[in-house]
Amino acid sequence: MVNPISSIPRPDPMLPRPFRVARAIRETADVVTLELEAQEGPPLAFLPGQFTMLYVFGVGEVPISISGDPHKPERLVHTIRRVGPVTEALCQLRKGDVVGVRGPFGSAWPMEQARGGDLVVVAGGIGLPPLRPAIYHLLRHRRDYGRVYLLYGARTPADLLFPQELQRWQYTLSHAPGASPVRVTVDRAEGAWNGSVGLVTELIPYLHLDPAHTTALMVGPEVMMRFTLAELRKRGVPEENLYLSMERNMKCAVGFCGHCQLGPHFVCKDGPVFAFPQVRDWIVRKEV
Amino acid sequence: MSKTSLQQYLSEHPFFRGLRPKDLAWLAELAEPLALEVGDYLYREGDQSKDFYLVQEGLVRLEIHTPGRGALVIQTLGPGEVLGWSVMLPETRKTFDAHIFQAARLLAFDAAAVRQRSEEDHHFGYELCKRFSRVIGGRLQATRLRLLDLYGQPH
Repeated sequence: MVNPISSIPRPDPMLPRPFRVARAIRETADVVTLELEAQEGPPLAFLPGQFTMLYVFGVGEVPISISGDPHKPERLVHTIRRVGPVTEALCQLRKGDVVGVRGPFGSAWPMEQARGGDLVVVAGGIGLPPLRPAIYHLLRHRRDYGRVYLLYGARTPADLLFPQELQRWQYTLSHAPGASPVRVTVDRAEGAWNGSVGLVTELIPYLHLDPAHTTALMVGPEVMMRFTLAELRKRGVPEENLYLSMERNMKCAVGFCGHCQLGPHFVCKDGPVFAFPQVRDWIVRKEV
Repeated sequence: MSKTSLQQYLSEHPFFRGLRPKDLAWLAELAEPLALEVGDYLYREGDQSKDFYLVQEGLVRLEIHTPGRGALVIQTLGPGEVLGWSVMLPETRKTFDAHIFQAARLLAFDAAAVRQRSEEDHHFGYELCKRFSRVIGGRLQATRLRLLDLYGQPH
């Protein structure tokens, strides 16, 4: 895992830079993707898994994972779900509006360490956007990895994000003809849905993997991640190869305020991407 | 697939792995390959539970028909998955339709024969019960998690 905080020069991490909305895409009823361009200065380089603090002037600031292509930093992309006043305001933004951006912050997915082995990417609900930069990296370096699977669970078919990309990835992530690397499942479906119905964890036992040389990346509701971790451990994937992104209560993004403290870690500074052994003793504690 | 290669296939499958070679050989003899097309029904609600199945290819939907809403999908089962755990209980009837959604190849195992061998050889029966318990436990856990509506809006 790479923590690039110290490696990327940045003036004042508490000072937002103005970015203009270049494009706003309504993904689902409550999810919007914003493509941002720096009003001044260089584009914001980032690593897959990192997040920024987005500031809607006069409303507030929230941490949002970057969902764009790390090889195309000139467009800073975030996919946002409407859950509170700030995200509501972000979802209302239109082309030309300006937001403040701090970052990028936090640790990154272990794309280098995972090279040469199999990779399982598990996303639940709004957990797919923080994994999309890792998928873009995989697509660009597909030959460096073995078998790749993307398991994606959503509430209903109407809640699925990036449906056209999912279809493309079915071919572009494939390691062999007919391999079906993208497995999408929903909790509930009626009518025309032509995919799977069930929980994302139920897909794990039947994946063709070399467990000892498999790395897993996951983002989703913590309960989902706990059961995903259990299934992958049952398959024999080493604990140190299991990575999850936590997004608890991040406020300052630089480890000052302590809101996101998780045991000995600050999620904003030491995470959001953690190797499972780092958080094993903490994610099931009700007190933290 | 020859019976020898079928035995090998079963020995590597997560559900059957670890059974004694003689049990795997018996199951390979018992297995009936099925090929079903999209739209076919493997069984329907109310049918007697005659077999259990291993999905090799394709997708099977467990559905229940509701007036006014049509077929509601309970779960989808794909390659590698086992369906029909209720065969371990005699005289049971299917509670859902099993509807073929993608052309499927399956192996069917005769329920009466499996129950009879389980009665005569408790080691075999116990091993099979453990495996079906894992299937039931997994489905129960998944159902509980889906009931939690984890992906819904936080309240």
